[in-house]
Amino acid sequence: MKVGVVTFPGSNGDTDCIETLKLVEGCEPQLIWHKSTDLMGADALILPGGFAHGDYLRPGSIAQFSPVMREVARFAASGGPVLGICNGFQVLTEAGLLPGALLRNQYILFHCAWTHVRVSSNRSPWLEGVEEGTVLRMAVAHGQGNYFADTETRRRLVEQGQVAFEYCDPEGNTSGESNHNGSVDSIAGVTNEAGNILGMMPHPERSSDPLLGSADGRVLFESLVRSMAAGAVGR
Amino acid sequence: MSLWLGRVTVIPKPSVNDPQGLAVLDGLHALGFSEVEQVRVGRHIDVRLDAEGAEEAEARLCQMCETLLANTLIESYEVQVQPVQEGAAV
Repeated sequence: MKVGVVTFPGSNGDTDCIETLKLVEGCEPQLIWHKSTDLMGADALILPGGFAHGDYLRPGSIAQFSPVMREVARFAASGGPVLGICNGFQVLTEAGLLPGALLRNQYILFHCAWTHVRVSSNRSPWLEGVEEGTVLRMAVAHGQGNYFADTETRRRLVEQGQVAFEYCDPEGNTSGESNHNGSVDSIAGVTNEAGNILGMMPHPERSSDPLLGSADGRVLFESLVRSMAAGAVGR
Repeated sequence: MSLWLGRVTVIPKPSVNDPQGLAVLDGLHALGFSEVEQVRVGRHIDVRLDAEGAEEAEARLCQMCETLLANTLIESYEVQVQPVQEGAAV
């Protein structure tokens, strides 16, 4: 299956995504420039981390108008799996493809560290087959990952199983301490209602090889391959 | 058509946590400005534009805020317009 990785000017996680996808059996990674309106037959898309368009105005705010984004929206609307990592998550919220917004981290600290997240809902092709409650160790590196959504939206997210990840300690318990950036309800990742679009602040692609310190993140890409093979993703 | 200066202020909504404002508040307290009760940090944007009149300029600026200049989930905005003398620097 072909997985397209979008490069915006300022993306810096695109090559990491490509290298990780090469480690996953059944994945054929492909870079897509942000000015392209051709997704080159991609079966799934990744918007990587970085600082698209220099993070000017607000992170992701300019990238939402890159020519490729119209195709990304069309692809997502037809049920295609889309994963936004870090800055990619910010782009997806700014584009209105995912609910909520990402504010400055609490104490305006750029946080670059290992963190743990708990899979709260696996209702997504990116997490299919991953048991809910599973704790994953992944790298985070961001200054603006403080997830915000109003109370009503949060109630809906929980009800509909759209909270994919919560920050937690290694045992899977959430606390103020494990919630390093101040996100509401410790939310680290959310999906759209259908589950095919997933946005997350941690970097699974930088946590996909024991050499890097953790291979936990690889499970997302393996889940994708599995769910695509099973034809679970309707497009 | 005439030239207008739009002065746009974008500010976090009251219900939204403002880590920048909190950090500045702490800083001001540390400097001895103990009377400061609250700080909210936003953004000021100057936009020069052509429009038929003040009303049109304002309406266009509001559209710009809704689509790009503000994220209305978390921020509110205010727009003020004033005429610009031809050739004058802002």
